[in-house]
Amino acid sequence: MGDYLNLFIQAAFVENLALSFFLGMCTFLAVSKRVETAIGLGVAVIAIQVITVPVNYLINTWLLKDGALAWAGLPDVDLSFLGFVSYIGVIAALVQILEMTLDKHFPKLYNALGIFLPLITVNCAILGGTLFMVERQYNFSESVVFGVGSGFGWALALVGLAGIREKLKYSDVPQGLQGLGITFIIVGLMSLGFLGFSGIRL
Amino acid sequence: MSDAKTILLDPVVDNNPVTLQVLGICSALAVTTSLLPALIMCVALMSVAALSTAAISSIRNRIPTNIRIIVQITIIASFVIVVDQILRAYAFEISKQLSVFVGLIITNCIILGRAEAFAMKNGVGMSFLDGLGNGLGYSAVLIIVATTRELFGAGTLLGYSIFEKTADGGWYEPNGLMLLPPSAFFIIGLLIWAVRSWKKRQVEKPDYQIHEVHRTEVL
Repeated sequence: MGDYLNLFIQAAFVENLALSFFLGMCTFLAVSKRVETAIGLGVAVIAIQVITVPVNYLINTWLLKDGALAWAGLPDVDLSFLGFVSYIGVIAALVQILEMTLDKHFPKLYNALGIFLPLITVNCAILGGTLFMVERQYNFSESVVFGVGSGFGWALALVGLAGIREKLKYSDVPQGLQGLGITFIIVGLMSLGFLGFSGIRL
Repeated sequence: MSDAKTILLDPVVDNNPVTLQVLGICSALAVTTSLLPALIMCVALMSVAALSTAAISSIRNRIPTNIRIIVQITIIASFVIVVDQILRAYAFEISKQLSVFVGLIITNCIILGRAEAFAMKNGVGMSFLDGLGNGLGYSAVLIIVATTRELFGAGTLLGYSIFEKTADGGWYEPNGLMLLPPSAFFIIGLLIWAVRSWKKRQVEKPDYQIHEVHRTEVL
C-alpha cells in the first residue's frame, strides 16, 4: 500500500507532468484563463488518463511486447514498433467513446466537458503518461495508480495556474510580457514551487 | 519563388509557432538541458513536420472530412515511428536520452496544426516548405533555450568546456537552476518578451486595461 501511495505522490507532485516534463503545455496555456473551465478540463483529463494508461498497459503486455503474442501461438513476434500508432489510436477511440457515453447518459456533464474532450486526444500529457508507463515498466496496478496520480497532478497545476491568472488582471504587466510571456514566468515560478516536493518519500 | 521563401522563413521570427502561436512547446522543453539532444530533436521534428505535411497534402482531396484528424494522426505517427527506429539504429545513446519525447512528436500541436491549417488546403511542395519552415521556427527556440541552459548550467556546449568550472580550477560556478525545469519556462518567457519588444505587432492586448487616473478626475 505504501508503495502505491508513494507512486501516487511521485506522479502527482514530484514528477508533475505539466511542471517538470512540460507535457500538455498547449492546452495548459490555452485553457487556464478561468478557474471554472480549468476544473472542467482537469476532471476530463483525470478521467481519460485513468482509463487510457491501464488499457494501454494491457495492449502492450498482451499484444505488442516482445513475445507477448505467445498466448496466440506466436512467441517470436515482436510488435513493439507499432506502439505509437496503437497508443494514439486507443486514446482517440477512448475519447470518442467517452464523449458518446457522456452525451447519452450524462448530458449535463457532457455539456460541461463537451468542448474539451476532443482537445484531449492531442494532449501530450495523455500520450506521455502512457509512454512513461511503458518505459518504466509498471505493472497493472501501478499503471492504474500512475494514471490517477499523473492526471491529478496535471489537473492541480492547471487549476492553480488558472487561479493565478484570474488574479493577474489586477496587475500592471509590461507591454511585451503581456499575455503569453507573463504566463510562462508564472508557470516557471509554480514549477519552482513544485520542486520543493522533490524530497518527499513515504 | 518569393512566395516559397516567405512560406519557409515567415515562421522563424514573424510568425513563430512557439512564441506567437503557443504551439508545440509540449514535447520538447524537457530535452533542452543540453544542446546535442536538442539538436537531434530539432532534426527529428523538422523531418516529421515536412514529410507528414507533404504526405497529408498529397491525399488531401481523398480524406473524408469527419475522420480527417484520425487520418492525420495516423500519418504523423507512422513518420514518427520511422524516425524513432532510425534513431534507435544509428544513435542509440541519444535515443535513450530523448526517451519518450521522440514519441511525443505525434501529439506536437505544431504538426497537427499545420496539417489542419495549411496542408489540407495547399499543394504538396508548398506544404513541405511550410512544415520545414515551422520546424525551423521551433528549432530556433529550442536551440536558444538549450544553448542558454547548457552554457550557464554546466559551462559547456555540445560537451566542450566553454566556461572553465571552479571544480576544475577555473572561474565559473555552474548555475544548477539552469538544469532544472523552471529555468526553461523563464527563458521562454523572457524570449517572448524580447521578440515582442522587437516586433511590436505581436504584443497581445491585455484583457483588462488598468484605468489611468488623471489629475482632473481626482479633483
